[in-house]
Amino acid sequence: MAGFKPVYRKELYSFFASPTFYVVALIFLIIAGYFFFSAVSYYNILSFQGMQNPMWREQLNPTEMVLRPFFMDISVIMLLVCPLLTMRVLAEERKTNTSELLFTYPLSDTGVLLGKFLATLSVLFIIILGTLPSLIYFGTLTPLRWQIVGAGYLGLFLLAAAFISLGILASSLTENQIIAAVIAFGALLLFWVIGWSKAFTGPQMARFINYISIINHFENFAKGVIDIRDVVYYVVFSTFFLFLTLRFLESQRWRG
Amino acid sequence: MIEVESITKRYGSLVAIKDVSFSVEKGEIVGFLGPNGAGKTTTLKIITCYMPPSEGRVKVDGIDCFEDSLAVRKRLGYLPESVPLYREMTVRRFLRFVAESKGVEPKKRQKEIERVADTCGLSKVTNRIIGHLSKGYRQRVGIAQALINDPPILIFDEPTIGLDPSQIIEIRQLIKDLGEEKTIILSSHILPEVSQVCQKVIIINKGKVIATETPANLTSQLQKSTKIVLQVKSDSQPIDSIIERLNNIPGVLKVSREDHNGTLIVETDQTKDLRPQISRTVIENNWDLLEIKLHDFSLEDIFLELVTKEEEAS
Repeated sequence: MAGFKPVYRKELYSFFASPTFYVVALIFLIIAGYFFFSAVSYYNILSFQGMQNPMWREQLNPTEMVLRPFFMDISVIMLLVCPLLTMRVLAEERKTNTSELLFTYPLSDTGVLLGKFLATLSVLFIIILGTLPSLIYFGTLTPLRWQIVGAGYLGLFLLAAAFISLGILASSLTENQIIAAVIAFGALLLFWVIGWSKAFTGPQMARFINYISIINHFENFAKGVIDIRDVVYYVVFSTFFLFLTLRFLESQRWRG
Repeated sequence: MIEVESITKRYGSLVAIKDVSFSVEKGEIVGFLGPNGAGKTTTLKIITCYMPPSEGRVKVDGIDCFEDSLAVRKRLGYLPESVPLYREMTVRRFLRFVAESKGVEPKKRQKEIERVADTCGLSKVTNRIIGHLSKGYRQRVGIAQALINDPPILIFDEPTIGLDPSQIIEIRQLIKDLGEEKTIILSSHILPEVSQVCQKVIIINKGKVIATETPANLTSQLQKSTKIVLQVKSDSQPIDSIIERLNNIPGVLKVSREDHNGTLIVETDQTKDLRPQISRTVIENNWDLLEIKLHDFSLEDIFLELVTKEEEAS
């Protein structure tokens, strides 16, 4: 797979050399910080009530009351932020014709694409890991089960991979970055909200929709449950869209 | 070294090139000449494996571009027409990416980057960001990336477009120097460039190859008559009288007026040089001879002749 390493390194360099990364990271962390703050504040109020009422105390659960909503909140921010990171990945190469360089160097298409995919994933995960200090701080105040935190981050990683694979496909369709971002956001949102329609479809359809929905599979991770079916879903999802992107790049070259 | 066997490329219903065949020998500098939109870039993109042809095949060094494209790409250095570069990178970082991509061993990378930067006169700007460089320097970075890993074949698509005259001379000299050890295909629509640099010219128009020759051969083939330009002057006689006299010299085919300052063009038989007879005729008839010279067919004339002939035929 010639091409993975140089392209991976180049992409990382491009991300860190562009202001987009810093702006996206800043906004992401501010919003995540706000969500964390509100989750902790809520937990705080309940803890005070627990001091007066022993019944309440039994139900106080930092995993359920802070971690789970926090991970779900981060997944929402990711939905908004992901298209901003993926939009330039292939569209920019086409716009500036640098694809002519990239595809006349002795690099395989698969290597190039994987390099780009994993670089974007690394960048997004670095941003996501920026939220970890808040949890460590929270962990000093109340006992946390770190396996659950680990499961949550694994879920975020897989979710990010799925988002990015779809985002990169959108970026391969056009040379206009805005259009790539809009397509990516629309497609991701559709995969998100499709789960909501299970209420008014037949039982067969409902099961299918439930399986397709991109966020349903994340809920387990947010609760601290690693189900192999969810892992498989995200791996298959990402592989499928990367494969589609590869085919699309090829057909673009055939057509010229 | 490069064999192009009757390739055709269609973009939807548009036929960009049709049944193009030619071959390039090792060590040749070949000029690829044609008006804008003739299919030069398309052909080069196919040779560099950027896209496959609709029909036909291309072999580089005996390897089929379609079957083993990575092996072909290893042997090529390509400068695309628009000189695409990663503008956010510094020159050094960009060249390192190219070296990594082309599979230069980690230990040799630094040396290779320095060698290439030196050849292209980039040593002073290696730490600057490409987007901040002038057009001339960016062009050199484009050539530098093609040279990395020392490929035996170089393909330059309009390498001097958009440069100022002194930069054009520098780049041409660079290409000439490179041509001493490498096989080069150079596309251009600027004719003097091709006649100065190249040993062979392939002329392409409307997607078809219409001539493959050395510049000298092209000239002699097309030169069916010799043109002599002369400027004459007389205060008393009308110009028509001297034109008539010149027409009477045996071997002269046609005499025409170029402008109102007494410049005439005499077309003669190719076999002999009629300048002595012409000058004598002028002087003996009491005209002053200000200038007389043989008019060489330039590549421009040939090009125009070929292209227009082609259009008349079709």
